[in-house]
Amino acid sequence: MFRNNYDNDSVTFSPQGRIFQVEYAQEAVKQGSVVVGIVSKTHAVLAALKRNAEELSSYQKKIIEIDTHYGIALAGLASDARVLSNFMKQQSLASRLTYDRPMQLADITARIGDRAQINTQQYGKRPYGVGLLIAGVDATGPHLFEFQPSGVTQEMVACGIGARSQMARTYLERNLEQFEGSNREELIRHALRALKESLSQDKELTVDNTSLGVVGTGDAKERFRLFEGTEIQSWLETTFENQGSTQEGEGMDVDK
Amino acid sequence: MNHFPHGWGRPRDDVYGAYNHAYLQPDGSKQHTQSPIVTGTSVIAVKFKDGVVIAADNLASYGSLARFTDVKRLRRFNSRVVLGFGGDVSDMQHLDRLLSTLSIREDYSSTASESDNAARELNARNLHTYLAKVMYKRRSEFNPLWNAILVVGLDGESQPFLATVDLLGTTFSAPTLATGFGAHLAQPILRRAVPDEAAVAEMTREKAVGVVRECMKVLFYRDARSIDKYSMAVVEKEKEVELVEDEQLEQQSWAFAEGIKGYGTQTV
Repeated sequence: MFRNNYDNDSVTFSPQGRIFQVEYAQEAVKQGSVVVGIVSKTHAVLAALKRNAEELSSYQKKIIEIDTHYGIALAGLASDARVLSNFMKQQSLASRLTYDRPMQLADITARIGDRAQINTQQYGKRPYGVGLLIAGVDATGPHLFEFQPSGVTQEMVACGIGARSQMARTYLERNLEQFEGSNREELIRHALRALKESLSQDKELTVDNTSLGVVGTGDAKERFRLFEGTEIQSWLETTFENQGSTQEGEGMDVDK
Repeated sequence: MNHFPHGWGRPRDDVYGAYNHAYLQPDGSKQHTQSPIVTGTSVIAVKFKDGVVIAADNLASYGSLARFTDVKRLRRFNSRVVLGFGGDVSDMQHLDRLLSTLSIREDYSSTASESDNAARELNARNLHTYLAKVMYKRRSEFNPLWNAILVVGLDGESQPFLATVDLLGTTFSAPTLATGFGAHLAQPILRRAVPDEAAVAEMTREKAVGVVRECMKVLFYRDARSIDKYSMAVVEKEKEVELVEDEQLEQQSWAFAEGIKGYGTQTV
């Protein structure tokens, strides 16, 4: 009668040693649209593909500024990301208020990791259905962390999560050597190119469906800022200008 | 006037009859510290080019009685922060435990590699902000920690940092600072040596230590709650904290006391 007896809650193992509810939560991340993050020696960049439910609706927000020195990009359930981002904002403000110290990225990542893990081990709770890329700068330089519904967190040089993100990761792996020495503009272009790799054939990056988050440290210090709409037009133009001619003039629209 | 605090704010027995204690237990009004008991006197500190010098004597007084003569009132927090406590000694010990808890929590939460630790650990500004919040919270509960604290060390940019916080949560920062009696007796001497931030850049470690020793001597001469044993710490860029807790006041000269008239049993 039942296809699977072991996926009713997040506290029951299957005989194979799996926890299905956690795996389902990880599927929710794969349903979300793709987000990419890269760090160099001086910058951290997030790029995201926004989706709209229908032609007439607005686009779902994918990048959230948490504090002046970092932000997150989400893939999966936006409502769960809202809960986590509110928690992160509150913790970051508390750190500034009590210690006059910007929150360390490794610390805040560990805190949401711990929170998410508890949800996979207590009866009546469910895992968060969202994956996050946490990118920013702190006292120890630029950082990028990946967060998964299971509570697993990892520091990354470059990362992509969400639907068809394997294509983006392949691009990132191929260009891995270049990231560390990249300047701000080069890093943004890499992020946009990685994002484009994950797009299906009939889709394009436009000013409407693309978000960028940029933050810098050291001599290139700048606060975390979200770029959307016409602000990213020139980056889209300069990043994909060469590809238009090779793809049967498909990119000509973008060039204009 | 009813002089018993547990009667305050309650209906008067002679007007309303005896209070029915079934409603509220007669354990009296909550008592908070209304004055310090065992106290430490001045703490003084001065910035120099690459760091800060701080000093406080080793006496804890019980009123005017020199009760404990070996109390350490400077505390090293980590490789770049030292704290100096004036005021109530038991409240100092409470803060000491609080800071130990904080230190352990910080050490366990740091997941990064060894090389990053210097950038991650709390600096002097972080600690001063934290203490200011603790002191202000306690005074807002009408239960203040009866201390004046100097926080010295290096800030996030590894620049010399010197600031104070007192029992009200008031914060202040200057190139030279002194708490208690030192604010009247030592501060003018310190200011003559280091009048402003521009003078800090010219100040050497040797001269700063010299002027602090001079101030400790003046304080011993004129502050009746002081002793000639003191602790001194130097926090300097790229160096470990140097904390000496058994300094002895050298080259005292009481000749000036002969000429002072107008008090005690003298007939002028």
